[in-house]
Amino acid sequence: MELACNRREFLRTAAGLTLGGTLLGSSRLVRAATVPKRKKVVVITFGGGARDQETFAAEGQENIPHLMKDLIPQSTFFTQVVNRGILGHYVATASLATGVYETINNFASLPPEHPTAFEYFRKDLKRPASDAWVVAPSNGFNRIGESNHRSYGSGLGARVLLPKHLLTAATSGGRDFEHLLRDNYETPFYAPELGGGEIELEQLEQILKLSVNEFKKKALTLSSPDELSVYIARQLMKQMAPSLLWVTMHDIDIAHAGAYSLYIEGIRRTDRLCADLWKTIQSEPEYAGNTTLFILPDFGRDSDDDSGGNGFQHHRTGDALSRTTWMMAMGAGIREGVVFDRPIEPTDLVPTLGSMLGFSASFAQGKPIGELL
Amino acid sequence: MLPRDLKPEQFSGYPPEARRLVTGYIGALQRLPLSFVPSLLREVIDYDFKFPVERKAVEKELANLKSLSAEQIDTWFQAFARIQLSPKLESFDWINAPAQFVEQLSSYLWTTHQLDGFRTAAMGYAGRLQAAVPVEPPAMPRLGITVVGQGVGMYEEALFRKLRPHGAYFSRVKPENGLNQLLGAVSARAKANPVAYGHWYIDGGVAAEHDSAVTCVSYGALEPARVTLLRKIQSESGRPGMGPEALRTVMAQLRPADLGLGKASMGNASPDAVLDRFQMKVLTEGSGTQIFSTTFAQWTAREALRRAQPLTLLVRFAPRQRQKPMNELLSSTSDRVELDPVGSLMDGDMGAYYNWLNQQRLPGADQSSFLVWFEGHGEAVAVGPSMARGTVSNSVAEIGQLLSWMS
Repeated sequence: MELACNRREFLRTAAGLTLGGTLLGSSRLVRAATVPKRKKVVVITFGGGARDQETFAAEGQENIPHLMKDLIPQSTFFTQVVNRGILGHYVATASLATGVYETINNFASLPPEHPTAFEYFRKDLKRPASDAWVVAPSNGFNRIGESNHRSYGSGLGARVLLPKHLLTAATSGGRDFEHLLRDNYETPFYAPELGGGEIELEQLEQILKLSVNEFKKKALTLSSPDELSVYIARQLMKQMAPSLLWVTMHDIDIAHAGAYSLYIEGIRRTDRLCADLWKTIQSEPEYAGNTTLFILPDFGRDSDDDSGGNGFQHHRTGDALSRTTWMMAMGAGIREGVVFDRPIEPTDLVPTLGSMLGFSASFAQGKPIGELL
Repeated sequence: MLPRDLKPEQFSGYPPEARRLVTGYIGALQRLPLSFVPSLLREVIDYDFKFPVERKAVEKELANLKSLSAEQIDTWFQAFARIQLSPKLESFDWINAPAQFVEQLSSYLWTTHQLDGFRTAAMGYAGRLQAAVPVEPPAMPRLGITVVGQGVGMYEEALFRKLRPHGAYFSRVKPENGLNQLLGAVSARAKANPVAYGHWYIDGGVAAEHDSAVTCVSYGALEPARVTLLRKIQSESGRPGMGPEALRTVMAQLRPADLGLGKASMGNASPDAVLDRFQMKVLTEGSGTQIFSTTFAQWTAREALRRAQPLTLLVRFAPRQRQKPMNELLSSTSDRVELDPVGSLMDGDMGAYYNWLNQQRLPGADQSSFLVWFEGHGEAVAVGPSMARGTVSNSVAEIGQLLSWMS
């Protein structure tokens, strides 16, 4: 609760937010466009864990200028999202996507054991494969689009785009591009064998409407895997306009290599990229006025005060700081400029999406977040 | 296999001094839960290669366990006893491979949502142990020094923001001959109190000339070992079925000689098995230590403080290699290493704070002093019982003066 209080104060003073629960009536509610367009949801997972002191605390706000000035004032912000599951990036993101604390091997290329939001969405609402997509920077995420649950079959989930894989295919692989397949900086040379769900090179042109040369030329101007992911996500939004789009960012995970400056650089870049995606949502005709955006980390990072860890570098201790993070929601149907302190869990996301989009997350552990409905 | 079934002959694979130590405490170990014992054996099995302070700590811990009554054992370890383990873990060879057991245990605890319970049990035990076995104060008040910013010219951002509230900030320190003065101070302390592994100098680049009485570890001297290790990692990673956990197991089985450590030609007058093992572990267990010199410096300092508990520790950060942006990654392979001095300064700034935090975790913290200095420049922060907190001095000062005010 102390963490939540600090966040609340930082946000109130710096971003001018009001407390939820007391001023609901006076907060502006973003209403959908008068001509009803199909509702859309975009979820961004914020980078692989960032701590309060490098983000929302007073000394960290300089690292997230776009979140502070542009996004938070337009959002409903939850200060306490407590992850009670396994603090590994793939398994935690899979848990976000299923609404269940998954216990699959974080380092294997395995599908979640419980149905994902994408499967619920497509089955209940009878949506085609083109309407649900995941863009993920890490090869270990290639199976996150759909589960192996017996109630859902193969091909009923989201299609997964791995931009690094696309780029490697476009540049014919080779030793020069081994680093593009780097999964994370803790295991720089590990890349699980890819299997199932990833788009083939020949679909680069059909889905994204990009020639190989165009893609390579653009990639040369980009500075990080997440920049590549956002470029791909924006292209996907223009060409396919999926109703459910999930973008997993990962640059902040450089923190595992122990270089503080690179961790901060990752936070600043992710802040900017979130703002870029929000601008795209607001400017693309298929998305403007009818899209709700969620931004949330998978978990935090270790505290400086725990001698069992090494501060920002890892998320191994399971301490309160590594488990407690935040979430913001903005766009259609969401109140602007409101903060809520009550603890929620990341497993609440999928039931909430279900309530918003009209599907039933029957196997999820979490509960719909009433403040967003 | 459970601890109650332990027998002395099962430790025949242990190094000689570790074997001698542990067989004197079989009875004590037999009373303890499996969720605890391998963590202790992980320390015991390395006894022959531990620093003097660590050896004493392990000896005292074992002696304390032996002295506990049956009721005290129940009280101390009930939280550990509540941890449920799998048959696979119970049948693991945790006697001869305790580190690998602990790795697997960690994974199991996460998967079964028992990690928080284990963490609570471990912290409870640590608290009881600290109360039961008082730590000895250091032979002299500790002094930690961190030097940052090598190779940086102008820098406009505020430095040492996390340390300033704890000590005195100086803006006009005379930088001439600063590093030599600091190394001289380390040498003087080593002469005044010649304790084995008591005085350290860690350099993130090539070590400057220093007193041979000071224990020295440098990124530069370990380059052959780092290159050998990276090649091994690459070749292992290419094998079918190799994953991060299996890779960790392979690295845990490495010996100093596998990385070319342990030769007199490495700059040491004679091989030092304890230091060689320490250096190997820094490279094999520290994430990022193989590729970023700033991470190497901070992690080495952390491990030196945690394990050797030095009376004096001087850490000098050096520029690390630049993280390569995508256009460089795409354009060509380049063996030319480009450095990032400004990024390294930021790393060192945070690293200095962590060095101070880790020093303050050691006995005698209330008498310890700490100095961080921007190399070649006038900024420094001095923390210690004789330094006023949160103050600022714009007067000209010599580095030697700061050291004398701190002592």
